[in-house]
Amino acid sequence: MSVTDVEPAALELHRATLSNGLRVLIAPDPTTPVVGVSVHVDVGFRSEPEGRTGFAHLFEHLMFQGSESLEKLAHFRHVQASGGVFNGSTHQDYTDYFEVLPGAALERALFLEADRLRAPKLTVENLRNQVDVVKEEIRLNVQNRPYGGFPWILLPPVLYDTFPNAHNGYGDFSELEQATLEDAASFFDTFYAPGNALLTIHGDVAEHGVDGVLALVERHFGDIPFRPTPQRPSFAEPVPGSERRQSVPDAHAPLPAMAIGYRVPDPTTEPDAYLAHAMLASVLTDGEAARLQRRLVHADGLVTDVSASNGLMGGPLDARDPDTFTITAVHPADVEPDRVLGAVDDELDRLAAQGPSAEELSRQSARWASALHREDDRVMFRMLGLGARELLYGRAELALELPERLAALRPEQIAGAAGRLRGAGRAVLLVEPAAQPDQEETP
Amino acid sequence: MTATQPRTRTAEEIGRTETGPRPLPALGRTRDVPLPDVTTATLPNGLRILAAHRPGVPMVEVLLRIPAAGPSATADPAYTAGMEVLVETMLTGTATRDRVGIDDELAAVGGELGVGVDPEWLQAGGSALASGLPVVLDVLADVLTGATHPDDEVARERGRLAERIAVARAQPRTVAREALQRKRFGDHPISSEMPTAEAVAGITAERVRELHADTVVPDGARLVLVGDIDPDTAIESVRARLGGWTGSHPARELSDAPAVVPGDLELVHRPGSVQSQLRLTAPGVVRDDPRYTAFQLANLVFGGYFSSRWMENIREDKGYTYGAHSSQEFVPGGAVLGVDTDVASDVTAAALLETRYELGRMAAVPPTPEEIESARRYAIGSLLISLDSQSALAGTLSVLDSVGLGVDWLRDRPARLEEVTVEQVADAACDFFAPTRFTGVIVGDADVIGPRLRALGGIAQEGRA
Repeated sequence: MSVTDVEPAALELHRATLSNGLRVLIAPDPTTPVVGVSVHVDVGFRSEPEGRTGFAHLFEHLMFQGSESLEKLAHFRHVQASGGVFNGSTHQDYTDYFEVLPGAALERALFLEADRLRAPKLTVENLRNQVDVVKEEIRLNVQNRPYGGFPWILLPPVLYDTFPNAHNGYGDFSELEQATLEDAASFFDTFYAPGNALLTIHGDVAEHGVDGVLALVERHFGDIPFRPTPQRPSFAEPVPGSERRQSVPDAHAPLPAMAIGYRVPDPTTEPDAYLAHAMLASVLTDGEAARLQRRLVHADGLVTDVSASNGLMGGPLDARDPDTFTITAVHPADVEPDRVLGAVDDELDRLAAQGPSAEELSRQSARWASALHREDDRVMFRMLGLGARELLYGRAELALELPERLAALRPEQIAGAAGRLRGAGRAVLLVEPAAQPDQEETP
Repeated sequence: MTATQPRTRTAEEIGRTETGPRPLPALGRTRDVPLPDVTTATLPNGLRILAAHRPGVPMVEVLLRIPAAGPSATADPAYTAGMEVLVETMLTGTATRDRVGIDDELAAVGGELGVGVDPEWLQAGGSALASGLPVVLDVLADVLTGATHPDDEVARERGRLAERIAVARAQPRTVAREALQRKRFGDHPISSEMPTAEAVAGITAERVRELHADTVVPDGARLVLVGDIDPDTAIESVRARLGGWTGSHPARELSDAPAVVPGDLELVHRPGSVQSQLRLTAPGVVRDDPRYTAFQLANLVFGGYFSSRWMENIREDKGYTYGAHSSQEFVPGGAVLGVDTDVASDVTAAALLETRYELGRMAAVPPTPEEIESARRYAIGSLLISLDSQSALAGTLSVLDSVGLGVDWLRDRPARLEEVTVEQVADAACDFFAPTRFTGVIVGDADVIGPRLRALGGIAQEGRA
């Protein structure tokens, strides 16, 4: 048996749409004793208004702060006192809310999600408190650590020109502080209409069965009134025609780093060309035998570490068009960035001309298959993968078909992807360690 | 129809419906933790094997852990550096495979293998499509018994390590971790988790090969296999490949770590920090202590999950932090409780004050029955969730086996959690969370945070990051 013959996980997907427009995806899995419930809302940081950077993420925090039936803190307490775990996250094009609990708590989870989608309690006190919490999150993940926000915050303003694509999704402190309760109310009314959301249930549905789950969904979500859904604008903008460069200082970084950003095909209209870039990223940097590992790390010793990814936030199929292919590297101070860029261009040229070997591709697709299986071994990740693909592309099946589709890619498609990167403009971001003389002195 | 948007509602209108608040649905009955039987075997060379059938995805997890303490009774930077270079070059060559060959062979079966080291263990772990288990075991056996640590690979990895160490030490969490380990364990080897670039530079290929022969030994090692496999066949497969693995002596186990001594917090200066790391610590409770389960629930009530007193105070009420967590680490001969949060410089003293207040409250105002019931349900449910993957199960089985506990201990966890009484948790809260048991470190810009912290008292002379 060759590894690419492994059957895709048998998972039945059941869909429904409530009369208020809420889409429902049910994927029972009898092999696990836990169940996941998620709500994907079709708004991410690309949709937040100018002057309110970081608002989509700030609003995500507010959705945990109580609702008509639940006091502040009650949501956390009820999920955890049911034996469950929870979180939420904000991406370019969507915001997700999720919990995973013992199957016995399924109805309670549906109640909790429905209550805040119907009537969240938005208060000035909670808004101010969560602005403080979000600022701590940004200090923790960006300001107080080396390479904070690299590359997801720092690269887009070099590659993109329009506000939706270029701005900082975590937000500027001054704009977060100016956020008002009216902003929050208007954001909720506009984007959190039931027709703008998807409810996913995956895992142990126990004695309910699919029909029983759907009846529970109708009971809890059915009376959320219909509201019109917002018109989703296009975020398209031209691909840059030449190379753009920008340097940023980093007070905490001990070594220089660089990120190279490219535009990729539209995942909706050209899915295979898009996925060829995901496979190209693997051919370049996944494993010791990958092209850039061998060239940059082992042969030339130009970089300490290198990685490539199709998708700005770490993985493919997580955003609509336009999406970003990134190569990132940390390198010693005495290595000129142009030497790294030159070597990357060489390897892309070689791949564009000759393509990868069939064996190289089959190894990388086996690696993808096992990585995806491993991710799917957790109810939370499989649920989030299904929900995100259903919301963004209308096809949760993409999450299940991904190993097969990657395995079916031919060398010439990877060559085409490499040639495409070489044929257009790109962004080069250089992170430069800022001198910190104080830290070198002894007291 | 006009072109104007419909008026959006106010926040107050949004938060209210005609039918009003609704009741919370009841819970059903939580299923038992579904745990497979574990088949065990010990080879004549001392290697212990645990194998379990856990399908779900067509994968297998492989986890080998070897006790790997240094020969010295105190922290030895040269040993730490040598072991770090050893693990970085373990997968770079054998008599029959080079770095790329090893990677290619694993990739062909969707496999990955990684090697790491800490003061207590050398660990080699990975995963592959279940059908690829023989290939993973072939490669693993080859590197364990035949890694050559080629001179040029050692030279290259020394250079990369120096750079990676520089990057790691620029992370505030690494600075705080190193300071905390020194504070609570002094110069016991357990405090030496990351080598210095200087010590790494002095490691030769010859020294690495000596260390490999000395530490990569089967007697005392433990290999766990979990996945879509037949346990007996898997054990035979290991026996065929690793039965001939030999060592001149048993693996060296780490000596008991010294007990945490209560005392002042050490303020560590990190110039230019906009945030401070608070790391408080106290002696913890071992798994076979009769008070362990009560302690676990008391820990959840204090800061072990989101719905805890400390998190609700300093995050959800005061907005001082993004996260606040208390948890236990097991160390040879015992356990240590850690209380961790990162907060903005200007609220560092305030956050410490609230932390001490909540610790004191654990003793003075015992957890309520409601608090305990919530913690109990969470502990049982999250156990179900945490064991619901092959990799998590493999890791848990390996750790438990190393302290002499089997899968039955896991099976009985829910029952033990159900049985703990409110009084037992209240006693554990008083005994283990009293502020007088703690010491620790605070890392931050001492020029900014120092004056207010010192005014609170209990702050020792500062060091530098």
